[in-house]
Amino acid sequence: MENSESKTIKSWDLRLYVAGQTPKSIVALANLRKICDEHLHDEYHIEVIDLVRNPQLARRDQILAIPTLVRSLPSPIKKIIGDLSNTEKVLLGLDVRPRS
Amino acid sequence: MHAKLKAPKRNHEQTLPKTPTGIRGLDEITFGGLPRGRPTLVCGGAGCGKTMLSTEFLARGALQYNEPGVFMAFEETAEELAKNVASLGFDLDDLVKREKLVIDYVHLERSEIEETGEYDLEGLFLRLGYAIDSIGAKRVVLDTLEAIFSSFNNVLILRAELRRLFRWLKDKGVTAIVTAERGDGSLTRHGLEEYISDCVILLDHRVINQLSTRRMRIVKYRGSVHGTNEYPFLIDSEGISVLPITSVRLHHDVSDQRISSGVARLDTMLGGKGYYRGSSVLVSGTAGTGKSSLCAHFVDAACRRRERSLYVASEESPHQIMRNMRSIGIDLRPGVKKGLLSFHAIRPSFYSLEMHLAVLHKLINAFKPQVVVIDPITNFINEGNQIEVKAMLTRLIDLLKLNQITAMFTSLTSGANGTLEQTNIGISSLMDTWLLVRDIENINGERHRGLCVLKSRGMAHSNQIRELSLTSNGVELLDAYLGSGGFLTGTAQQMLPDRAKPASY
Repeated sequence: MENSESKTIKSWDLRLYVAGQTPKSIVALANLRKICDEHLHDEYHIEVIDLVRNPQLARRDQILAIPTLVRSLPSPIKKIIGDLSNTEKVLLGLDVRPRS
Repeated sequence: MHAKLKAPKRNHEQTLPKTPTGIRGLDEITFGGLPRGRPTLVCGGAGCGKTMLSTEFLARGALQYNEPGVFMAFEETAEELAKNVASLGFDLDDLVKREKLVIDYVHLERSEIEETGEYDLEGLFLRLGYAIDSIGAKRVVLDTLEAIFSSFNNVLILRAELRRLFRWLKDKGVTAIVTAERGDGSLTRHGLEEYISDCVILLDHRVINQLSTRRMRIVKYRGSVHGTNEYPFLIDSEGISVLPITSVRLHHDVSDQRISSGVARLDTMLGGKGYYRGSSVLVSGTAGTGKSSLCAHFVDAACRRRERSLYVASEESPHQIMRNMRSIGIDLRPGVKKGLLSFHAIRPSFYSLEMHLAVLHKLINAFKPQVVVIDPITNFINEGNQIEVKAMLTRLIDLLKLNQITAMFTSLTSGANGTLEQTNIGISSLMDTWLLVRDIENINGERHRGLCVLKSRGMAHSNQIRELSLTSNGVELLDAYLGSGGFLTGTAQQMLPDRAKPASY
C-alpha cells in the first residue's frame, strides 16, 4: 500500500510555519528533515516560512499554532501541529502510512 | 448598597479610561463605555446577539470615533458577517476598503489537523498583530474565541496561551471584545471568565409567555460603577439599543409651566390652569365614560399650541379614533397632516412589556413629542405580572419626565365590585394627576358620567364631582347638584327649583 502510494506521487510539497528561531521550531525542522529523508527519499520539497518576517502569510494556510507543517501537495491539504517529535503520528498525518 | 461600596473608589473611577461603544444605551449603563485598552468578555447563549454587538462596536468605532478595528471571526466568514450586519445599515465592505476594518476569518478544520508534540499559538498572535498594525487598529473583536477549544486537543497549552493572549492584548493597548458561549452553571463553556476579569457582559434571550425579550446585564466591571440590572435590548434596523437608560437616575427637572387639558372647565378644576408640563396624568374609569375623548381633547389642544404629540393606541386603529372623535367635534386630521400628531397603534400582545418600552423609547427619541397619550395603559398591564408592570411603568414615566413630556394614560376599571378607585397595580402612585370618570345613575333611571379629580400633585384642585357630557362640541363639564338628596345629575337636577341649583366654581 505505502509503496504504491509513494510511487504514484512524484513530489511532496511541504511548508513548515515557524515564528523565529525558537527551540520548538528548530526541533520541528530537524525532525521533519529526518522523517523526509527516511521515508520520502528525494521526492519532497520543504519550504520554511517564518511568520515573524511574513505575518501576512498566516492567513493563507489558516495558521494559528506554531510550528505547523502543511502538506499542500499531494492534495487534500493536511496539517500537523507541534514539534513533530512523534514520527509515527507524522507519517500518519502526512498519509505516508495508511491509517489502521 | 452598591453605590456605597463603590464610593471610596471614586478617584480611581475617574481615572479609569473608557472607550465609548457608540451603541445606544450601553454607554449609559457602563457610564462611558468599555474599559479602554482592556479585553471585555461578552457571553451568552446561541443567537443572543453577541456577534451583532461586537460588529456594531467595531463599525461605530470606525465611523463615529475614528478608531479602526479588527474582527477575527472564528465562526462566520467575512461575507457572511457583512451580509448579517448589512441589515443594520453597516457597510462592512466599505469600511474594509477604507482601511477602517480588517476581517480575518479563522477557519479550523479539525479533520485535517494532527497534533504531535509541543506547540503554541504564536501564529494567532502574529496574525492578529499583523492585522492590528496594518490599519492601526484600536479595537479588536474575537468572535467566538472558544471555537479553538474544539480544534486543539491540548487544553493545558490552550489555557496558557489564552492567558498570554489577554495579557498581550492589554500590552497592545487595544480595547477588545471576546465573545463566548454560555456554559452550564458557568458564564462561559470553557471558563474564559477566569482570564478576562475587567468587564463581563452577559446577554440573554428569553421567551416568556411566547414573547421573546433580549436582555443584557453587566456581570462585573472592575473599577467602575455600572448599572447592575438586567436591561432589555432591541436589535432592529438601526442596530442595538439597550433600554431603558432612564432607570439609572431620578433627577428630572420640573416645570412650573401649565398646559391646557383641552377642556376649559377641567382646567378650572385643576387650579384654573391645567396640568403641569412634564406631569403624568391618569384617567381611570369604567367603559364608555369618555376617557378617550379626554385624551383627544388633550392632543387637540397640543396641536393647537403647535406641539408634537404621540398617541399610542392599543385598542382602536388611528382611523377609528379619528372618526369617533369627529362625532364629538374634535378633528385630529389636520394635526396628523401637519406632522404634529403621530399615531402608533399596536396590540399589546405583539411584544413583551420590555419590548413595548423599548419601542416607545425609540418612538419618543425619534418623534420628540411634547405630549404622549397611551390609551389604554390597562392592556399593557395584562401582559405581565405586577412587578414587571410596575417596573415598566416606572421606567416609562421616568423616560417621559426626563424629556419633559406630559403624558396621559387611560385605565379601564371594572365598576362591578365597587373598586373604582383601585387601579390594577397601584399605578396611581406613579401619577401626578388622577382623574376618575364614572357612571352615575340618577333616580329617574338615567345614566350619566361623572368626573372628579382624585388627586393632582402640587396644585389646588376642585373636590367636586362634575357631570361629564359628550356633546357635538366635545366634552362639557356641567355642575352636579350636591344637596340633601345627594348627587343629582341630568333631569333630576333640572327638576329642582332654581335657587337650589349649585353655584359653580
